[in-house]
Amino acid sequence: MSGTGTNGRRVVVTGIGVVSPLAVGAELTWKRLIEAQSGIGRITHFDPSELPAQVAGEVPEGSTAEGGLTLSDWVPIKDQKKMDRFIHLGLVAAIQAVEDSGWKPENEEDRCATGVMIGSGIGGLQTIYEGSLTVASGRARRLSPFFIPSALINLISGHLSIRYGFKGPNHAAVTACATGVHAIGDAARLIQYGDADVMIAGGAEAAICALGIAGFCSARALSTSFNDDPTKASRPWDRDRDGFVMGEGAGVVVLEEYEHAKRRGAKIYGEIGGYGLSGDAHHITAPAEGHEGAFRAMKAAMRNSGVTPADIDYVNAHGTSTMADDLELDAVERMFGAEGKRIAMSSTKSAIGHLLGAAGAVEAIFCLLAIRDGIAPPTLNLDNPARESVIDRVAHEAQQRKINVALSNSFGFGGTNASIILKRFEA
Amino acid sequence: MSDIADKVKKIVVEHLGVEESKVTPDASFIDDLGADSLDTVELVMAFEEAFSVEIPEDAAEKIATVKDAIDYIEKQKAA
Repeated sequence: MSGTGTNGRRVVVTGIGVVSPLAVGAELTWKRLIEAQSGIGRITHFDPSELPAQVAGEVPEGSTAEGGLTLSDWVPIKDQKKMDRFIHLGLVAAIQAVEDSGWKPENEEDRCATGVMIGSGIGGLQTIYEGSLTVASGRARRLSPFFIPSALINLISGHLSIRYGFKGPNHAAVTACATGVHAIGDAARLIQYGDADVMIAGGAEAAICALGIAGFCSARALSTSFNDDPTKASRPWDRDRDGFVMGEGAGVVVLEEYEHAKRRGAKIYGEIGGYGLSGDAHHITAPAEGHEGAFRAMKAAMRNSGVTPADIDYVNAHGTSTMADDLELDAVERMFGAEGKRIAMSSTKSAIGHLLGAAGAVEAIFCLLAIRDGIAPPTLNLDNPARESVIDRVAHEAQQRKINVALSNSFGFGGTNASIILKRFEA
Repeated sequence: MSDIADKVKKIVVEHLGVEESKVTPDASFIDDLGADSLDTVELVMAFEEAFSVEIPEDAAEKIATVKDAIDYIEKQKAA
């Protein structure tokens, strides 16, 4: 039995879906990630030349078979205009995850036991921008009736439930860059609490638009020194890092109560060990000294999972390529103590950028695949660590390792922290 | 078929993503062409924009078929 307060209901992952700057598809994203490919390039969604930050991780266009995004393969053309891009990307990942799980509710009871919790950090920013232009030009009465449902964050959950008839809890987490972890963690608890047997959970983001990039530029959060060498821009823990690189995409998992999964013979990627949350109560964008909020989130996740640092083999760091990287490192070193030299910790944001509300979900999926394949994905561009550590940060190349338990961190503006623990499944 | 009818048909095809052959005069936006209530609001807005006419809400509610739309717009244009 895992964790506390679970009524003995274990939660396993039976489906995964990823849309990332490396590929559309979880397996292809993972393959390219461990080959140390980068998904970062010059921004093409709009002309960024007036802004100090000009690079990002955009989802590649192209044929579905080759891992590109062909939206009409997933969402009917007539419905596409009713949704902002973050909903498009969320739906693509969610459809992958549902199909991967093979779960098809066949009666009303099954439908009511299946819920959705897919969030976003920001939601339909580009839609809001365009709607504002319509209103500002004196054409408020011409605002599309789809403006509001296109921008609302919970509408991935809404659209997915309508598509498949999932009538269980319908929810969406909104906690900036911690959204993905909160969504999966809270959805797992809904299953443990008996509100659902299956939850489709994760996060999506599509904020590579002028408003999004300009906003994070003004907050001095983005990398600006690598506009001519985009693949070098995201460099967690490196001394030359100068801000995060925005990415877009989505990560969605199918969470399932273990007995339910077993009865239908579902493939199991791993088990949700547990999860922990904390608040900094410090500053709207900067973590506190020593990242003590992160420390408490990790501690809470371990307590909830019933594991200790000695059980954990791999940490997927929040590691955004900002000054805060070393604060997270402080917290992880303090948490792991002497165990630090045994574990691997990497930041996959070095390859795909920071997917904001999708980051935690995509990174939880990477943890599951790291456990499955015995591979710690690399931290690209870690040429000169700003400070040394006993913790192996998997610089440049993936490492083969036995990984039974992985921990993933996500922290968001507002001082919100969440850590989740994924475990190899053992019946 | 009038220019107005042609243009209405084109807008319906574009907005509802339906085959042109299905957009017959008697086709109902909701019953035959798969529109929901928000689609019809958007459709009426598109007609207003394309033909530079005002379609008040009570009139819009009565526009249920392709022919209803063509008739209303032709009447406005003739007035």
